[in-house]
Amino acid sequence: MKQSIALGKLTKFMGSGFLGTLKSIFTGKIEKEDFKNFLRKVMVPIASILIFIGLWHMGAKSLYTIEANYKIEKALSEQGQQAADAMKACIASGDVSCQPNTLPSPAQVWASYKTLLQDHYAIRANKKAFKEKTATINAERLAEGKNPITYTGRPSFVDQILTSLKTVFAGFLLAFIIAVPIGIVIGLSKTLRSSANWLIQIFKPVSPVVWLLLVFMIVKTLTKDSQSDSAFIISFISVGLCAMWPTLVNTAMGVASVDKDYINVAKVLKLGTFKKVYQVILPSSLPLIFTGLRITLSVSWMVLIAIELLAQSPGLGSFVWEEFQNGAIDSNSKIIVAMFVIGGIGFLLDRMMLTIQNMVSFNKNDGV
Amino acid sequence: MAYLELNNLSKTYGQGNSATEVLSNINLSIEEGEFVAIVGFTGSGKTTLVNLVNGLLQPTKGEVLFKGQAVVGTSHERGVIFQNYSLLPWLTVGQNVYMAVKESFPKEKKSTLNKIVSKYVEMVNLTPALNKRPAELSGGMRQRVAVARALAMKPEMIVMDEPLGALDALTRGNLQDEILNIWEKEKCTALLITNDVDEGIYMADRIIPLRPGPNATLGPEFKINIDRPRDKTGLNDNPDFKRTRNAVIEYLMDIGNQRKSESEKEYELPDLSPKNFVGHFK
Ligand SMILES: Nc1ncnc2c1ncn2[C@@H]1O[C@H](COP(=O)(O)OP(=O)(O)O)[C@@H](O)[C@H]1O
Ligand SMILES: [Mg+2]
Repeated sequence: MKQSIALGKLTKFMGSGFLGTLKSIFTGKIEKEDFKNFLRKVMVPIASILIFIGLWHMGAKSLYTIEANYKIEKALSEQGQQAADAMKACIASGDVSCQPNTLPSPAQVWASYKTLLQDHYAIRANKKAFKEKTATINAERLAEGKNPITYTGRPSFVDQILTSLKTVFAGFLLAFIIAVPIGIVIGLSKTLRSSANWLIQIFKPVSPVVWLLLVFMIVKTLTKDSQSDSAFIISFISVGLCAMWPTLVNTAMGVASVDKDYINVAKVLKLGTFKKVYQVILPSSLPLIFTGLRITLSVSWMVLIAIELLAQSPGLGSFVWEEFQNGAIDSNSKIIVAMFVIGGIGFLLDRMMLTIQNMVSFNKNDGV
Repeated sequence: MAYLELNNLSKTYGQGNSATEVLSNINLSIEEGEFVAIVGFTGSGKTTLVNLVNGLLQPTKGEVLFKGQAVVGTSHERGVIFQNYSLLPWLTVGQNVYMAVKESFPKEKKSTLNKIVSKYVEMVNLTPALNKRPAELSGGMRQRVAVARALAMKPEMIVMDEPLGALDALTRGNLQDEILNIWEKEKCTALLITNDVDEGIYMADRIIPLRPGPNATLGPEFKINIDRPRDKTGLNDNPDFKRTRNAVIEYLMDIGNQRKSESEKEYELPDLSPKNFVGHFK
């Protein structure tokens, strides 16, 4: 029973009928209607995934052939028949040095995923060993008032994900702290709204790259003589500034468009300004504010990758960039693993916000 | 000096060419403890009149005097029951009432305030729904909350804008009695706006038709000399009731006919409907 409730919640969280139908299969409640549902909600998605992977596989294969033929022809025209034959043999043998560089196949991506995971476990084990090894030395160093020795090895893929999440949450928090109060103030005053409008309209469409450069100019100077991690600071501030606009606009809109009936209630009860804002205006604009925050979070995640890449701050963005520059045999497939991870996390973040949004929302006409 | 006085009251919406005088030259005085009903067609300016009385609107011309003082804003002395309930949907029944009580008695302790809340929620028979949100209530229950919220503030005068307009006949009858009970118990003054002549006559001491706007103004008043408590079922056979009812309806019909003959143009009723009409079918 408890399990099925949890599953129900999970289903709601995922926002799709897929799990719900799976649930009814597991609980053994299949009827005729359910069978149709089963087909539509379970079989069709699975089939579409299989088709997707199939198309991808075939596409990758033909791209591979094109690239391989090109390589062979190039060898032929530049170095003659012998080199072309050698190239052909080399490609067929699967030798790393001469593999065509193109879209990796699903199997390669899966292999890279496993490699990255193993890499992560290896690095984690390394770190643990390092920590044990330096434990006594660090204790001594601390006693002497020196800084402890820290692990400076390469971060694993999972570490990169966590760093990215950290940056995105910091940026989101910044956007929240800036956009919500300003949105409220702007929403409350018609004059402020019209005077801030041009500013919002101009800054809203500015690309993340430009925000990054702007923040870079300022933060670089400000953190000149501080020890702090300026790459992290630059990227989270850029993310925040870039993504805060939907929240700002929605908050202002929500506050400005509170139902006249509620305002009348506030007037009849003679609520003071502060109470009016906190007890009537804010709760009534909460659904719109949360819609804004949800957009802000997904924009944050989307621009984060680009900003990390440019700011060279650690994270998924620089992972992708490094792999691209690296040009190793499995770099392309690692990039695609990163793509799926980015997409998946983006989806989960959005679902998380949607759940919170549903919790704080009420139907607009509920009170009247 | 009367308790509430409306002197040559006019209200114009809009400016310049688009200005329409919704109410013109309204005169009315209500004595303390009286129950006065105003009946009128939809769109004739009833809500406008109510909002002038409760202080949400300011008159274009004339004045509203409450106990001799010009009304310039809302006041806790005049409780309001809105046409469309206007409950805050994110608060429960108890919280909606509590919020009002807290504003009305800012110095009281929390426990005292809670006692007042339970008393009035009980009075409208909503104790089982105390912790429910408006969305979970039927239209009649929501209207009861609105009644409880207005009365719990212990206003000296209660201003009701078609408080029962969106309810089915049965619920309507029950709530009429509940409001009357409370009015008698609390000895407050009441102004009821309604579109139902029977309701006006059943509840009020005086009933006054509002001639439809634009330029709506009050018609002649009809005194209702039926003893309280009034018996709803016997009312139909009461000669006083029948006479008053016929007179008011005839008056309103006459106005309607007059308007038709005055202009070829049909009198257009604004498309006003209660915000959540579906509510009471739940
Ligand atoms: N804020 C407003 N601005 C302009 N016209 C209004 C406004 N409020 C009401 N009116 C108009 O005034 C007339 C009377 O409205 P109202 O007082 O709500 O009537 P009732 O409550 O009798 O249905 C209607 O024609 C309506 O369109
Ligand atoms: Mg009205």
